[in-house]
Amino acid sequence: MYVYDRHDRQMAVERVAQFRDQTRRALDGELTEDEFLPLRLQNGLYIQRHAPMLRICIPYGMLRSAQLRRLARITRDYDKSYAHFTTRQNVQLNWPALESVPDILAELAEVEMHANQTSGNCIRNTTTDQFAGVQADEVTDPRPYCEIIRQWSTFHPEFAYLPRKFKVAVNASEKTDRAAIRVHDIGLQIVRNQAGELGFRVHVGGGLGRTPMVAPVIREFLPELDLLTYLEAILRTYNRYGRRDNKFKARIKILVKALTPEGFAEKVEAEWAHIKDSPSRLTPEAIARIQAHFTEPDYADLDNATELLARQRFEQRDFDLWLKHNVDVHKKPGYAIVSLTLKKTGTPPGDVTDQQLEQIADLADEYSFGEARVTHHQNVVLADVRQDRLLELWQQLGPMGFGTANLNTLTDIICCPGGDFCALANAKSIPIADAIQQRFDDLDFLYDLGNINLNISGCMNACGHHHVGSIGVLGVDKKGQEFYQVSLGGSSQHDASIGKILGPSFAGAEMPDVISKIVDVYVNTRTEEESFVDTYRRIGIQPFKERVYA
Amino acid sequence: MPDIIDRDGNIRKNPWVIQARPENGESLSLPTDQHTLIPADLWVADKETFAGKANVGVWLDSHDEPGMLAQYANDLPLIAVNFPRFSDGRGYSIARLLRERFGYRKELRAIGDVLLDQLQFMKRCGFDSYELRPDKDIGKAARSLNFFSQGYQAATDTDVPLFRRRAS
Repeated sequence: MYVYDRHDRQMAVERVAQFRDQTRRALDGELTEDEFLPLRLQNGLYIQRHAPMLRICIPYGMLRSAQLRRLARITRDYDKSYAHFTTRQNVQLNWPALESVPDILAELAEVEMHANQTSGNCIRNTTTDQFAGVQADEVTDPRPYCEIIRQWSTFHPEFAYLPRKFKVAVNASEKTDRAAIRVHDIGLQIVRNQAGELGFRVHVGGGLGRTPMVAPVIREFLPELDLLTYLEAILRTYNRYGRRDNKFKARIKILVKALTPEGFAEKVEAEWAHIKDSPSRLTPEAIARIQAHFTEPDYADLDNATELLARQRFEQRDFDLWLKHNVDVHKKPGYAIVSLTLKKTGTPPGDVTDQQLEQIADLADEYSFGEARVTHHQNVVLADVRQDRLLELWQQLGPMGFGTANLNTLTDIICCPGGDFCALANAKSIPIADAIQQRFDDLDFLYDLGNINLNISGCMNACGHHHVGSIGVLGVDKKGQEFYQVSLGGSSQHDASIGKILGPSFAGAEMPDVISKIVDVYVNTRTEEESFVDTYRRIGIQPFKERVYA
Repeated sequence: MPDIIDRDGNIRKNPWVIQARPENGESLSLPTDQHTLIPADLWVADKETFAGKANVGVWLDSHDEPGMLAQYANDLPLIAVNFPRFSDGRGYSIARLLRERFGYRKELRAIGDVLLDQLQFMKRCGFDSYELRPDKDIGKAARSLNFFSQGYQAATDTDVPLFRRRAS
């Protein structure tokens, strides 16, 4: 994984000194709240319902064990001993004091972490597939490109005051899209052209929020060396022509729609023609230097432990279920990818205590070369676990609260912090997730339902990605009361689609029944092979409507 | 006329007066004894009159197309770019285009809602003088110009991005 050199370290230290100065001037009244706002946001700091909230960047989800331990210590020393993993591979502290934030940032810088550009109208954390580099079907490891984009976008002098926030995601798998690139401002799919050269298919103008859209393709093939100049052309076009008169129409998706994807692409290409051969054009050496940080760990030369695992599975059904659901195939024989679920009923999705952070660090050191990954589903991945140690690992996960074998099932809920914490929220989201998890506590039934994404957002900003849930739940405010609107059929995969609204919204207490009825329609109507979304696409929304509103 | 600060942190006297866009139906009236910045499109519309005058420069607003000055950029003694609000980032792109696309070499000034914490980004994008909003302390500007000792990207100030510096 990427390790800072003296340049990265120097800029990290300078950034902390700058924010310390800015915070002092804000506290002294030298900077007005209005003037301080974008400065603190671009250092991750929101002012929230109860206290400030600090969003710490986890570049493309990668963490070393030392970083996890530092996060744990920070939650103890500066917060209430827990943290929250977000849907964009970041982590949030809910209770830091404003005046201590520069100290927190200094502690983060010591372990090569930061909170740069995790909020504000700038280029945010670049995200990717949590299985990057360890799955068999990817074109190439996407993480070096994410790091190249991270460096390019960090403190970019031209793009710190965009019309609105700006999110980039990269995916390299041909079969799956765990990075949800089609609902990002820019989605980059790594591909090879017919000549076998590496490049990107460029999607622009996707996003959730008030006006959800699936990003159209504006360029089928961008050679890899042209990555940064092309991004610069897109960003310059957006910076100059994106709407600034209305916050709700300021995302790039609105500009792409207004100009049409073809019209937008023409503008970008015209801008790019001027800068494509500028010194910002990448070099093979520059890419190779970053790639050298993402080489394979020191894998042992192993065979698949097929017989051993078969015996262990036979002896313990729970281990068998966990293997089936929470463990994925690794590209290396004898290794496996393990997902630790943070979705135990009774715990807000994505929340971890200081102790759990340290436990993850210990597990990473013991089983996965000292590294862990955070997923946009708010779980944690140990990417390089030996198959012959899976049983031993699994036995430890249950007591720690990471062993719930519900990955990708109905109770593996994506959920924003909602009205319990967030000042923007219209409604609470965590109690709804909890009530649904309690209703569906039979794992066999969950497995029978198969892959269903249930995504919950407490407001239109859609941090819980409700639009792309197989079942989406949106908190709405009706005359001061909290209600929930349900949508069906969303997907953030290669077949990305925006869910359709079922009908009038429900009171929170009705939600478990509503979900039960929706699930009933699926169970009674599906053919043998069909997933929830397949069935929905075949029969449409009407049968669900009739059952739920009967 | 408020003092200005330049990219090297020097505070200078400022002879330039900014002429607002005349109201509809009114015409531009230039004081004869002062250095004046006029709206760029008015300069272009009447370029025969203004070209070569060392005491008439222009200002662009954040929604203006800097391309209107492409042919004349170096005929102007000074170009200013207005930041109507400090959070309106269009001026950064305008500055880079004037410098890198249209080859403007003389003084490029940031005017309007110009605060301290944006100065280094302005400098990196090619601005070389800054007229701070009057309530801001110009004595603190020099520090704000130099929070960072380097940047990752190429911009107007350097055409060598960090990935090329690392190679050498």
